[in-house]
Amino acid sequence: MTAESLPSGQINSLADIPEYKGLWSWVTSIDHKQLGIMYISSAFAFFLVGLSFGIIMRTQLLVPMNRFVAQDFYNQVFTMHGTTMIFLMAMPLLFGFSVYLVPLMIGARDMAFPRLNAMGYWIYLFGSLMLFFSFVGGGAPAAGWFSYAPLTEKGFSFDPGITYWALSLLVIGVGSVATGINLIATILTFRAPGMSLQRVPLFVWMVLATSFLVIMSLPALNAAIIMILFDRILNTHFFAPAYGGSALLWQNYFWFFGHPEVYILILPGFGVVTEVIPVFSRKVLFGAGFLAASTVAITFLSFGVWMHHMFATGLGFSVLYVFALSSLLIAVPTGIKIWNWIATMWGGSIRFTTAMLFATAFLIQFTIGGLSGVLFAVIPLDWQLTDSYFVVAHIHYVLLGGMFFAMLSGVYYWFPKVTGRMLSEKLGRWHFWLMVLGFNGTFFVMHLLGVFGMPRRVWTYPYGQPMVAYLNMFSSLSSYVLAFSILIFFWNMISSLYKGKIAGDNPWQAWTLEWATSSPPPPENFDSLPPVYSRRPLWDLENAAAKVPEGGEQS
Amino acid sequence: MKQGAVLGMILFIASESIFFLLLVLAYVNFHKTTGQEAAAMLDPVKTGLFSIALISSSFTLWMAEKSRPKNKGLFRLWLFATVVLGAIFLTGQMMEYGKLITHKLTISRDLFGSTFFTLTGFHGLHVFIGLVLLSVLLGLALKGRQNEPPEPGVQSVAIYWHFVDAVWIVIFSIVYLWRYV
Repeated sequence: MTAESLPSGQINSLADIPEYKGLWSWVTSIDHKQLGIMYISSAFAFFLVGLSFGIIMRTQLLVPMNRFVAQDFYNQVFTMHGTTMIFLMAMPLLFGFSVYLVPLMIGARDMAFPRLNAMGYWIYLFGSLMLFFSFVGGGAPAAGWFSYAPLTEKGFSFDPGITYWALSLLVIGVGSVATGINLIATILTFRAPGMSLQRVPLFVWMVLATSFLVIMSLPALNAAIIMILFDRILNTHFFAPAYGGSALLWQNYFWFFGHPEVYILILPGFGVVTEVIPVFSRKVLFGAGFLAASTVAITFLSFGVWMHHMFATGLGFSVLYVFALSSLLIAVPTGIKIWNWIATMWGGSIRFTTAMLFATAFLIQFTIGGLSGVLFAVIPLDWQLTDSYFVVAHIHYVLLGGMFFAMLSGVYYWFPKVTGRMLSEKLGRWHFWLMVLGFNGTFFVMHLLGVFGMPRRVWTYPYGQPMVAYLNMFSSLSSYVLAFSILIFFWNMISSLYKGKIAGDNPWQAWTLEWATSSPPPPENFDSLPPVYSRRPLWDLENAAAKVPEGGEQS
Repeated sequence: MKQGAVLGMILFIASESIFFLLLVLAYVNFHKTTGQEAAAMLDPVKTGLFSIALISSSFTLWMAEKSRPKNKGLFRLWLFATVVLGAIFLTGQMMEYGKLITHKLTISRDLFGSTFFTLTGFHGLHVFIGLVLLSVLLGLALKGRQNEPPEPGVQSVAIYWHFVDAVWIVIFSIVYLWRYV
């Protein structure tokens, strides 16, 4: 379809592009595609590290009174697991998808500020390495991924771990703000002729919303981190109650960042499934306007719900009611999205490729995670379940079963575009089914453990509690299945990179602009752009060609 | 790209305003807790005079932008005046810090010290960065090529500088003047 109307050149793999040859071309690159690949590769590398931490925890919890790792080390492991997964894996992964895809989807040559883009990546990489240097630099942070004061004060955490944590997150945070600014400027000023904001793909629309959340919420984390750094280095007293400081100030500032952060992480995932589901259902997206508008609603509401992380801190009743209400309210725009995706699939001729399987599993698992989240807005339940394994189950259903499954769907969908090779569908199916089993096995039982009263972050648990030992063992064994499925995934990526089927420009018969160029795209992205009259320029092109057999005039 | 630079700066300012808002809120949150007698050591009149220098530098920068298309010499002169006024403000802040520290009012003394030095210190850092940016503009205006400094560059630095001024007006009102209301 695109062969006659769009010159695609002779590019079939990354090796065919002379500009991308050699390590030096990557290190000095300001090309958004190279930086996107580097972001995604680094994020997956850190995913393996974070996964190993998770496996260490599950092995420690395999049986009661286990002595697999020491208590101090266990504290470091769960802190580094959370920090790695949120800040070094999830955010860079979505930034990688964003900087790779946004210019292609809006028909641009590159980002608005290519050098700033490169700075964002390198600042992230070195900030991350600094965090891991803490293991040899005197002890890793051990106060949990949200580092509650006053445990993080010098009097309680004398090791330099928290200082490393704060410094590297500050560095990474500055880089994230830079990338957020860059993405907004790109989307607002670099769109192809004819591509109004109503016509950008929904993924781009959600990246725009995410970027606004990034630039408006990261400064809260930066401010809080500067205060904890000053507390530890300059002996200030922001969070030290003994000197009149306030530990709750940290919680307020952290969650003012932390709740929008949840939507920073999930919105690009929403964007990915919004691209994948219509293509594999062969149907127009149902209610695109509602999807876009509900994203805007989420963006605003997410700044007004942070105190639901603090219901157990003795807030006044009026505060409790306001934040319970807003937390229930934010479930509505999210529910609208679920409805839209289901309605898009309804009656379509669905092709269950691996990408579509992951998108479908996302729908189910994210809905479970969303519903357990709504439970926390019910204050008495929150008081009962807070800081228990129920919370662990919830966050993993939202971020691993939700965000990460959506991103995997995106990997199976866009891998052919990025590398020019198809991922193996056979290995993909093994990966998918083992991961669904492993993930749900590991985390679903944690709901029960939480209800039974097992607190999160405990190093071990005693014998003789009904069911607790069985459920923990089940969870731990399932986590090995989960880890094994990830190994299959990595093997799939590596082997397909060399031996995968050649993809061609548009293997899925998709409709957005990134499929109008070669796979992988040349450094300049497009030789010529098709005209943009709607959200689906390639569909327009195909139909125009079908209606006028001679074809020339239309495209 | 022209639009891009200015838009990028506006977005950066939006992000920065949240950052300063939270530093100000930390000051407000603690201002009744401790350090009342320390706060009395501030000299609103003297700092007020230096503040006038900073606020008038916004005016001179505006004049510089206005005179640029017509008269390049005048543009350089107003730009130079802006740098001087900004430097005067920063000198004033140094002197104030020196006086407070010799009176044992340091960042680690109490919560007033913590919040005061963090808030005004980060503002001072922003003034310093602004001075560097303005000096680059001035250097380009004196030695650069025909079209340097580029228009979007001047515009975005101006936006940044006005923002830094506006933040100071908020800080000065809350830290120095609030007690007298």
